[in-house]
Amino acid sequence: MAWDLDSDRPIYAQLVERIQMQIVSGQYPPGGKLPSVRDLAAVAAVNPNTMQKAFAELERSGLIITQRTNGRTVTEDEEMIRQIKAELAKEHVDAFFIKMKKLGYTEQEAVELLKKKYEGEKE
Amino acid sequence: MNELVEIVGLTKAYDAKNVAVNNITLTLPRGKIIGLLGPNGSGKTTLIKMMNGLLTPNQGSIKINGQYVGVESKAHVAYLPDRTYLSGGQKISQILDYFCDFYADFSKEKALEMLHSLNIDPSVRLKTLSKGNKEKVQLILVMSRQADLYILDEPIAGVDPAARDYILRTIINNYNPEATVIISTHLIGDIEQVLDEVIFMRYGHLVLYTSVDNIREQHGKSVDAYFREVFAC
Repeated sequence: MAWDLDSDRPIYAQLVERIQMQIVSGQYPPGGKLPSVRDLAAVAAVNPNTMQKAFAELERSGLIITQRTNGRTVTEDEEMIRQIKAELAKEHVDAFFIKMKKLGYTEQEAVELLKKKYEGEKE
Repeated sequence: MNELVEIVGLTKAYDAKNVAVNNITLTLPRGKIIGLLGPNGSGKTTLIKMMNGLLTPNQGSIKINGQYVGVESKAHVAYLPDRTYLSGGQKISQILDYFCDFYADFSKEKALEMLHSLNIDPSVRLKTLSKGNKEKVQLILVMSRQADLYILDEPIAGVDPAARDYILRTIINNYNPEATVIISTHLIGDIEQVLDEVIFMRYGHLVLYTSVDNIREQHGKSVDAYFREVFAC
């Protein structure tokens, strides 16, 4: 199943986000092995060079580590993964408030809506 | 010697008024998948034919792997023409043997494996296949070579979307980091996901040669959308 990618943003950036998400969500656990560039490129139906670029970016950020003999693994630094998770969550929250503002809600009203939704789901 | 293709001042005119390729200078690296894009009649196929030594330029030169286009360069270039040159009466297995004789870098095992994965029986005659399957067989022949440069002229025209995906997967899976693939097409949206770089041509001129990420970053647009803007009628 090819990955669903936007056509108006650089592909490697979208691959980075996608793999980050898979790491944060535990699909690839800390210290776990990652597929090879070639295999993952084939799964995503993208150019191996682009996948390579995405991996290089993730390596630079320290989230994945290349070992000469053992391929690529996810970092074992769980603190770092938690941090990235928190950053991603913050981005989503910010995006939510920006959208609500466009709809004409104040921050407080938006928070109220969230609470209502949360309490509604608990029941 | 990292450059694979060096084109300098290349010009081809069919007659005084009809200049198909006009003074193109271009250097292409190894290890890239490059889209050759342009409207009808922009000179794409003429350029490709000169790279394969099928047309003689009026001016300028092309070097592939440091050699001028000729017998030597053809051994390292795998070319998928826009029209078939195979005879429909031949069995696919005969065509495979033909390719074995012709090209030292042809892998029959690889070709048989790909035919098998598509459920195409090598013992049937080429003309009994559907249009899409004929195109797939020809692509398999080209991609089963271990070439330095693959030149595919309209490889996805006339096949259904599922077959298109198969063809693109074949290109990605057989791709070798030392080799470059040039794909000429109008169906940009279908292939831009696998491209590293694009060449835009118009009226025989080189309009643009850049990376796909550049277009997306600078213009916030897909290559398809950007192409429509540049070539708006």
